[in-house]
Amino acid sequence: MAQTLDVLTETPSQTAGPYVHIGCIPSFAGLEGVYPEDLGTSPISDGAKGEIVTITGSVYDGTGWALRDAMIESWQADAAGRFPGQEDADPNVSGFCRFAADKESGEFTLRTVKPGPTKGRNGLVFAPHIALWIVARGINTGLQTRIYFEDEDNSADPLLARIEQRPRVETLIAKKTSAGAYRYDIRLQGTGETVFLDL
Amino acid sequence: MSDNGVLMPRRREAHPDAYYPDYKTSVTRAPSLPLLSMEATPSEETGPRFGHGLIGALDNDLIRNYATGEGLAIGERIRVHGRVLDETGRPVPETLVEIWQANAGGRYRHVKDSYFAPLDPNFGGCGRTLTDAEGRYEFMTIRPGAYPWPNRANDWRPMHIHFSIFGHAFGQRLISQMYFEGDPLIERCPIAATIRDRSQLDRLVAPLDMQNSRGMDYLAYRFDIVLRGRRQTMFENKPEGM
Ligand SMILES: [Fe+3]
Repeated sequence: MAQTLDVLTETPSQTAGPYVHIGCIPSFAGLEGVYPEDLGTSPISDGAKGEIVTITGSVYDGTGWALRDAMIESWQADAAGRFPGQEDADPNVSGFCRFAADKESGEFTLRTVKPGPTKGRNGLVFAPHIALWIVARGINTGLQTRIYFEDEDNSADPLLARIEQRPRVETLIAKKTSAGAYRYDIRLQGTGETVFLDL
Repeated sequence: MSDNGVLMPRRREAHPDAYYPDYKTSVTRAPSLPLLSMEATPSEETGPRFGHGLIGALDNDLIRNYATGEGLAIGERIRVHGRVLDETGRPVPETLVEIWQANAGGRYRHVKDSYFAPLDPNFGGCGRTLTDAEGRYEFMTIRPGAYPWPNRANDWRPMHIHFSIFGHAFGQRLISQMYFEGDPLIERCPIAATIRDRSQLDRLVAPLDMQNSRGMDYLAYRFDIVLRGRRQTMFENKPEGM
């Protein structure tokens, strides 16, 4: 026998189910009147510094069908690479957004400021990116991934560098479609499967 | 922002299998390739914070937060309470806990729910609260009904409340479900069965807590939640792998 480690284990995840909107974005679910407004309707407010960008995409299942019931959360730094709560962070960047796939088309849109590069431990510098967390019916544990931008220098990003199969790097990079507009699709399974993260 | 230590990696074996054929929707929504694992970065170690200004007086009372006039939600009145801790056993204070659930008949107030159990005009089905300084939270609600769902021909969800918890870091983000002690449908539920480790599933089953019940008013159920912790280190100045 040995001493007992006093480390607890994380509570297990369960799927968010088809009605996640009721709890997280109730007015999207047609449930009005409990809260004044849904949480996380925008990651920025008027006056946010930096380039405003719009990212549009869909979440596809293994058959190529765009999910109509996905909910996504995003978290990011401001244009200078500072996270909300850090010293000198932009007060007009909450950094957090909740958005859902459209009930008809399955398409989502995120409007935000493009984040700056962020500094990690040990001098690591990460290229501009937005962290995503995706939940839906059939997803048993929320999926983490990231949006990078094709018009940024991603060559030295420590996370992208860890992806062994180089073509898969592209699954994390939003493609510019016009000034300030990007396309970023998420593929849960199969051809072009998005790199999902465990970090 | 001070460095409070690296987030402990997720023990993936403590969580459900992504691919679980008895839960049919997971078959086409489970990634088939391994996750990319690495040490957490600032994007995971920071996270949104929500203040008390967000929370309305009735937000954690689902019996009353959608009711009109003197009306109350129909059902067995319950109090659901517990603590949010991290893996090191420390309380997680001032963190947002959101819940959603079906009404006493097993019906959600959602455009996509077509089950013929009636809607309760006084029940919306969502609530939220912040934990206190010791990580405690509580909700007043009604016990949700079990409901049938389109999976295998005759699958029923056990009575459950959906929970969403933030913690203080985006990498702690968790959505789960609370079940009720003694519900025979837990054993038959393919969603509950996605958790391979039986002791982990047991942690989602809230025991009846008579001590915290109130006579002639409500029964209590206790549901504690553990989020990822941070590794405390005295020496952490070398790059990973060096
Ligand atoms: Fe449910």
